[in-house]
Amino acid sequence: MSILVNDNTRLIVQGITGSEGSFHTQQMIEYGTQVVAGVTPGKGGQKTEHSVPIFNTVSEAQNATDANTSVIFVPPPFAADAIMEATDADLDLVICITEGIPVQDMVKVKTYMAGRKTRLVGPNCPGVISPGKAKIGIMPGFIHKKGSVGVISRSGTLTYEAVHQLTTRNIGQSTCIGIGGDPINGTNFIDLLKMFQDDPNTDAVVLIGEIGGTAEEEAAAWAQANFSKPIVAFIAGQTAPPGRRMGHAGAIISGGKGTAEDKVKALRDAGIIVSDSPATIGELIEKALQN
Amino acid sequence: MKIHEYQAKEIFRKYNVPVPDGNVAFNPDEAVEVAESLDSQVYVVKAQIHAGGRGKGGGVKLAQSTDEVRSLAEAMLGMTLVTHQTGPGGKEVQRILVEQGVDIKRELYVGIVLDRQAGKDVFMVSTEGGVEIEKVAAETPEKIIKEWVEPGLGLQTFQARKLAYALGLEGNQVRSAVKFFHALYKAYSASDASLAEINPLVVTGSGDVMALDAKMNFDDNALFRHKDIMELRDLSEEEPSEIEATKHNLNYIKLDGNVGCMVNGAGLAMATMDIIKLHGGEPANFLDVGGVANAETVANGFRIIMNDPNVKAVLINIFGGIVRCDRVAQGVIDALNLVKVNVPLVVRLEGTNAKEAAELLENSNLDFLVANSLEDAAKKVTAAIKE
Repeated sequence: MSILVNDNTRLIVQGITGSEGSFHTQQMIEYGTQVVAGVTPGKGGQKTEHSVPIFNTVSEAQNATDANTSVIFVPPPFAADAIMEATDADLDLVICITEGIPVQDMVKVKTYMAGRKTRLVGPNCPGVISPGKAKIGIMPGFIHKKGSVGVISRSGTLTYEAVHQLTTRNIGQSTCIGIGGDPINGTNFIDLLKMFQDDPNTDAVVLIGEIGGTAEEEAAAWAQANFSKPIVAFIAGQTAPPGRRMGHAGAIISGGKGTAEDKVKALRDAGIIVSDSPATIGELIEKALQN
Repeated sequence: MKIHEYQAKEIFRKYNVPVPDGNVAFNPDEAVEVAESLDSQVYVVKAQIHAGGRGKGGGVKLAQSTDEVRSLAEAMLGMTLVTHQTGPGGKEVQRILVEQGVDIKRELYVGIVLDRQAGKDVFMVSTEGGVEIEKVAAETPEKIIKEWVEPGLGLQTFQARKLAYALGLEGNQVRSAVKFFHALYKAYSASDASLAEINPLVVTGSGDVMALDAKMNFDDNALFRHKDIMELRDLSEEEPSEIEATKHNLNYIKLDGNVGCMVNGAGLAMATMDIIKLHGGEPANFLDVGGVANAETVANGFRIIMNDPNVKAVLINIFGGIVRCDRVAQGVIDALNLVKVNVPLVVRLEGTNAKEAAELLENSNLDFLVANSLEDAAKKVTAAIKE
């Protein structure tokens, strides 16, 4: 099994005719993902170069194709609107890849989505992959391997690094999720830990956090009380100076909160294995699985 | 993005947030001119730098006459102001704010920031104005009172009233504070600010509530819709190498160490800095080259890194996903023909076409060390420093 995305995922690509959207649609189709529709306002009725039908609105696309999931490659000024449109169409899941959405737009999105059925992953994330089943997003498919370790991360390429360490040790993954590097995002660590707890085919979880916010501390407290499988965590940014935004809008130590030290301590106090080095994540999971 | 106090006060004025009368001056003549235009017998001269703690560092002075304004301006302009936020090097004062003196009865605090956990803006007020608010938060958290703003609805009047009463205000002061908080929230939300902070917020002798200080930061991601705010950027307050990096779409932050690093992706860039430190080195910078690591990007990255005289070795760590490693390798080789890198260079390329990339590097006859893992890369680069 896996979580969030699988063989039954029927995908809409919002912003399918843009260069990013078009390129990654090709990659996703090659991986075996069922891309059933694209949305670009004004281009409804046409087909993409990958023979995917284009619609003007997400609702139309959903009605015509019975899609359940959407991925967003829309530029930052319009991305919040795109997320709300997917929510309005009652999709199960919307994954927003776009980086650089104004934070006040995300505040609105969060309010709009409250109480509705759609789940958001991202924004500013690589997406979600259930190896061998479906790849939704921009991660390189070939570094993954089907298996039983779940991966949750705030980062992109650092996630690839961790997955690579697993795959080269012959340890496969059930589902890998990038939750995004922005201060306000949809799905958080705890939501996903709950799903991994209930997924019989996930035996352990890699949790990759970074400086800024308190999501890791909250996840640690939750996991201590509710999570029975081993977790190996790594926190990026131990050498980051306070008050500086380290690339991601959310990766900033402010008001004395969000330091790597605090996060590592909270995780260790909760009985979670913390890797001091980003190079030993795979090794520690291997050990955890043997025990 | 950060702006100066006087610029924040201009924004406040636009939204009817009460501030003392005053204006910016770039030289002593201008300072006197501003003072003469003010209806006041007492003046305040404030150094304008992007750092807090200016009062303690000698950057805020009272003057009893326009002559004194002149002598203070002469002393302050050009001086290097060191505060707990500037670092030991301090910052040169190039602009000063000249304001009317205010009859202060009480010093309070108000700030608005985004509460990430709640996904809402939060108002914070405290009766402990004029001191470091982080200290208040750490030592006496009960002295900070919070109200969360409902997205889309904005600050409600009952909330503004609650804040005012929590500050111990009474009578007309409450009405004045309620108006103030509404105006402040408008200034904050209309400009996509990430922070609006007033410390101290003062109650004057006549019972008015006024922003004696003003600090605003803005969401970089929202600047595209605020051209007027973008124009307030003061490049002299920023690290020249960081400005240069921005021009090339590189995300660079200068640090104090001696191992330069060039990485794709912010998380991996931080992790690379961390592993350098774990192996006994100190990172000289954070540099995220993003998704396109071609010869041009790599060359620009090299130029910026090598401009830092502290750099004694460089580590390139690229995890090729959509970016093919052989292209990155070719980029590194081409870049080395464009830019002279006269310190040891360690290259680690992993992911798509990593094998082809390794062959390209091996056959290039250029002088660098190839690492086959993140761990190996960190070991090689820190060993190179020690040699």
